[in-house]
Amino acid sequence: MMKDPVRIALVLPDLLGTYGDRGNVIVLEQRLRWRGIDTETVTVLSSADAVPEHCDLYVIGGGEDVAQVAAVRFLHRGPGLLRAVDRGAPVLGICGGLQVLGTCFTTGDGEQHAGLGLVDAVTEPGDGRAIGEVTTHSTLGGVGMLTGFENHLGRTRLGPQAQPLGRVARGTGNGHDNAEGAVTGHVVCTYLHGPVLARNPKLADLLLEWAIGEPLEPLPEPPELTALRTERTRANLRNRK
Amino acid sequence: MTDTRRDGETMAGDADARSRQDKRQQWRVVPGPAVPPPGQNRLRDPRTALAVEIGRLAAGLSRRLGLGSGGIIGGRLALSVQPRALSRLAAGRRVVMVTGTNGKTTTTQLVAEALRSQAPAVSNATGANMLDGHVAALMTSHDAPFAALEVDELHLAQVTGQFEPSVVVLLNLSRDQLDRIGEIRTVEASLRNALAQAPGTHVIANRDDPNIVSAAADHSSVTWVSGGVRWKDDALNCPRCGAFLGDSDRAWRCACGLSRPEADWTVTGTGAVGPDGRHRDLALRLPGHVNRVNATFALAVGLHLGCEEDAVLARIAEIDQASGRYGMVRLAGRQVRLLLAKNPASWLEMLDLVSGQDRPLVLVVNSREADGYDVSWLWDIDFDSLRGRTVLVAGDRALDLAVRLRYAGVRCEVHTAVDDALAVVADGVPDVIANYTAFRDLFARKERR
Ligand SMILES: [Zn+2]
Repeated sequence: MMKDPVRIALVLPDLLGTYGDRGNVIVLEQRLRWRGIDTETVTVLSSADAVPEHCDLYVIGGGEDVAQVAAVRFLHRGPGLLRAVDRGAPVLGICGGLQVLGTCFTTGDGEQHAGLGLVDAVTEPGDGRAIGEVTTHSTLGGVGMLTGFENHLGRTRLGPQAQPLGRVARGTGNGHDNAEGAVTGHVVCTYLHGPVLARNPKLADLLLEWAIGEPLEPLPEPPELTALRTERTRANLRNRK
Repeated sequence: MTDTRRDGETMAGDADARSRQDKRQQWRVVPGPAVPPPGQNRLRDPRTALAVEIGRLAAGLSRRLGLGSGGIIGGRLALSVQPRALSRLAAGRRVVMVTGTNGKTTTTQLVAEALRSQAPAVSNATGANMLDGHVAALMTSHDAPFAALEVDELHLAQVTGQFEPSVVVLLNLSRDQLDRIGEIRTVEASLRNALAQAPGTHVIANRDDPNIVSAAADHSSVTWVSGGVRWKDDALNCPRCGAFLGDSDRAWRCACGLSRPEADWTVTGTGAVGPDGRHRDLALRLPGHVNRVNATFALAVGLHLGCEEDAVLARIAEIDQASGRYGMVRLAGRQVRLLLAKNPASWLEMLDLVSGQDRPLVLVVNSREADGYDVSWLWDIDFDSLRGRTVLVAGDRALDLAVRLRYAGVRCEVHTAVDDALAVVADGVPDVIANYTAFRDLFARKERR
């Protein structure tokens, strides 16, 4: 039986795609193809009318303040993303994406903006940019240790409706309660670049399983990826600022 | 990006009117042919003369002690003695400042050569592209009527705060070391401010890069160069209002009023068409379209400053490397071609250059301070053109690169050091593409033939 391709939406890369986060989509596509599953990427630029409702997985990256405000204005325009989330479609928000998907965020100029409210998280500027390698232990079953690189001014406090994606072993993360990222249902948010799915294939596969609604056969981890994860999480790796 | 130092520069200086009584001429200024004589004797001011003397002494000592080329320290000391050394040393000369994310060093060298077709030109060839580097370059000759100076994007405003260059060249603006330099919007605003401080300067700018268009559009005197832009991901939205622009290769006009200007110079597959509609062949030794664009900027500068066209073309055609970029060097006993790529835009240019041939290819990526510590940008680069080839990777971040290539479907071998990679590479002259510190280190330890 021919299955429809898995549709991955890359949301607003023209506004929120500053830190190589498009790589997360490359990883998702390729991990499907390696398993013989068709995939199709839907790139949603800010010239589009709204976010389409019928994609299987959504990825939103990070960007600067002005772009983030423009992005949230765009996302409020239509109900596509909210309906997809209600349906159980997974959403990955990175950095600025985390802040935009949260309840509200305050930009560097002190202005407060309403987010989409998909995760219970409030972001305010911290006293300095958090820049450097991060290691966390994920709260999601089977995902294990997460590695990434953070570069953000915002500090995020989670409300009772959200759980952290990970507990910080090294780095800053949300900057409150030793938490990193936010998860509500199938909405997963994190400050980790790297890109996060390139460094953490188990998280990529979990999102894909949620998108498809069935377990995926495991893929062997390429040796350079095992070595990269080991290198990036070495306890003595200098966390240079 | 050499010797990048983004804080601690304090240029605020009192105008030091107190020591103008000394009118003795201490050096004879010899103007070059067909160039207006300098408007004033740069060294008539004793404080500037002292600054230059001390700076030169320090530079010489630094060289003698093997502490480097001495340029920076000399310039820094001269500035500490005479905070206005830059404007004093620039006075009476035709100074060309070259900035942009990619191609600064190469274009500065092309501009310097273009100008030398007419008269001597000083240049910060070591890539020391902040004010101390500019002072150091200007100190090397008191009588060169021309200066071609590379300037860091965020430091042009400091320069134009001190004097008006004759020409400012704006090449391009794209993402580069985000954890260190900051975002493009900030850089663009700084460049726009720099030009606002220099209404008498002539600007030669890239009309195909919306960020550069925004920086230069309000200036009253601009020559626009069109060479196409390979990397477009930083140019999809209006730099001023954020509205979607679409393909920057086509005519665009934003609701806020910003629009793509008409081109004065258009780069072609073999040369460039000038404002007069005539095509000039650019038979360059430097490879690739990107260098035809750089050379067109240099030609436009040369003609604007009154140089003779054939002489400029002959000079720039002969350049075969710029501070090691594109140059053939010997490493680990092998002849290699060394290419610098430090951000997604320049990687795309260099990958274009090496695609369509099967020279062995070594890619080297570091993530030291001058590179930026985050290498997520590797995923912004499309490596598809390397499929079917075996690539060797090395550098601090060889593993990140190997994972990236795995997902791009490109076979690769990971090596700890570049020398190890070169030891196993197939016959032929390998291309080595390296990012900033990797390139710098390889170039520094090239072997004498
Ligand atoms: Zn606009």
